[in-house]
Amino acid sequence: MLSFLDTLVQGVLLGGLYALFALGQSLLFGVMRLTNTAHGDFIILSAFVAWSLAVVTGSPWLALIVLLPLAFAGGYLLQRLVLNGTIGKDPMRSLVVTFGLAIVIQNVLQQIYTADPRSIDSGGLNTATFQLAEGFSIGALPLLIFAAALALTVGLQLLFDRTDLGRAFRAVSDDREAAELMGLDHRHVYALATGIAFLVVAFAGTLHGMKTTVSATDGPSLLLYAFEAVIIGGMGSFYGTLVGGMLLGVTQDIGFRIDPGWGIWTGHVVFLGALLLRPSGLFPRTR
Amino acid sequence: MGAILALDGVSKSYGALRVIDGLSLAVEEGETLGILGPNGAGKTTLFNLVSGDVRADAGQIRFGGHEISHEPPHRRCRLGIGRAYQVPQPFGAMTVFENLIVAASFGSQKREKETYDSAVQVLGETGLLSKANRLAGTLTLLDRKRLELARALATGPRLLLLDEIAGGLTEHEAMELVEEIRRIQRTGVTMLWIEHVVHALLAAAGRLLVLDAGRKIAEGAPVAVMGDPLVQRVYMGLAA
Repeated sequence: MLSFLDTLVQGVLLGGLYALFALGQSLLFGVMRLTNTAHGDFIILSAFVAWSLAVVTGSPWLALIVLLPLAFAGGYLLQRLVLNGTIGKDPMRSLVVTFGLAIVIQNVLQQIYTADPRSIDSGGLNTATFQLAEGFSIGALPLLIFAAALALTVGLQLLFDRTDLGRAFRAVSDDREAAELMGLDHRHVYALATGIAFLVVAFAGTLHGMKTTVSATDGPSLLLYAFEAVIIGGMGSFYGTLVGGMLLGVTQDIGFRIDPGWGIWTGHVVFLGALLLRPSGLFPRTR
Repeated sequence: MGAILALDGVSKSYGALRVIDGLSLAVEEGETLGILGPNGAGKTTLFNLVSGDVRADAGQIRFGGHEISHEPPHRRCRLGIGRAYQVPQPFGAMTVFENLIVAASFGSQKREKETYDSAVQVLGETGLLSKANRLAGTLTLLDRKRLELARALATGPRLLLLDEIAGGLTEHEAMELVEEIRRIQRTGVTMLWIEHVVHALLAAAGRLLVLDAGRKIAEGAPVAVMGDPLVQRVYMGLAA
């Protein structure tokens, strides 16, 4: 019984990390139907930048504070200068451009940081645990990551549902031409969306780098988890993305316990099952 | 009274087809100009050129003294050009109220709180208040047309472009619409109104413009224009 509870809790906490990976992707897809195939690489890029900043500042939290405005500006400019030109009826252009970006990021990271895996020094947080019972303890960092995922999910959903900016996001997503006639500059709105998505990417990269080691070519596997969480949860719903991430985390954890080689695999099986049974996801938005 | 909107030698072609052909036009502040013409005359293209959905190949478009030919649609909206499409394009996944809030806060550059009152007022005037919290995608055609007008009004326009908003309405509904147009007239808003429901148009328009093949074939007081033999032949198909 305790072992079952342990599996569930560890899985949910792992799912928090996957939700962090996925929220940025969910936002970009929801606002502009953009599939960013470099999403995982941007998370790894921000992990490495956070690593460098942590070396300079001596604290992962100071590193994150410095990284956040950089990430927002980077996201805004990337959208404004590059990605806006790829958005249109043909999804191939944005796929090709972001795929190219992924290759560039991986190689630049390898050039600068070599192929060695690195980890951001969390000041002992990554090994701190709360012992709840004999054989059942919760890591402080996974708990923090889960709390961050929960807070960002609720924050993004409130932003979308309750604010002017959120209405602007939904309006350009719904009908770009009509939104222009309502005084909305879609290029600016898209760029703000990407800036916000990159804030989430900065959180994901920094926390991921504190929890485990990262190396330059890790991006594509993170992208896969992000995709799976978004699709299981349902496109365009942040709560769905969070639940999708948790479902993925729990199934992976169950798989790991059956056989250490099974974890990732069982996650993929559940994803395929979701595609077959509920292709529009658990919480699809009405469109 | 100066011209709020002035077109000077404006042309637009799609491939070899010249849809608007050297059109010049002046619209006085506060007037309602009705636009008539057979299908394919270039009426909707004229609106697209004014709202910025398409760019002119040649000529100048001036609004309120500014040259706007090269401004993008969202800038023209903020300058005060509102538009109701022939086929309503509401933000279907948002509520009726949210549709208006978007229009009011970005189109008229008001703060969020200030937009609420004006949105409620516009909803009341257009008869949509009881449906404020419905998703726009679930509205009937008539209500979509009302929302289209309401949303254009919420941007706080000085010039309103109305594209066949009476089409598909019953006689009674069309007369209600005319009342609504007259009320908007009294607030001083200038209007360009494309309409095939001629009697509705005649009930509100102070002046008429008739287009054919991208050119102006008649312009002036409604009675004179409707009596023009050329207009009768081209538009109404009467043998003159």
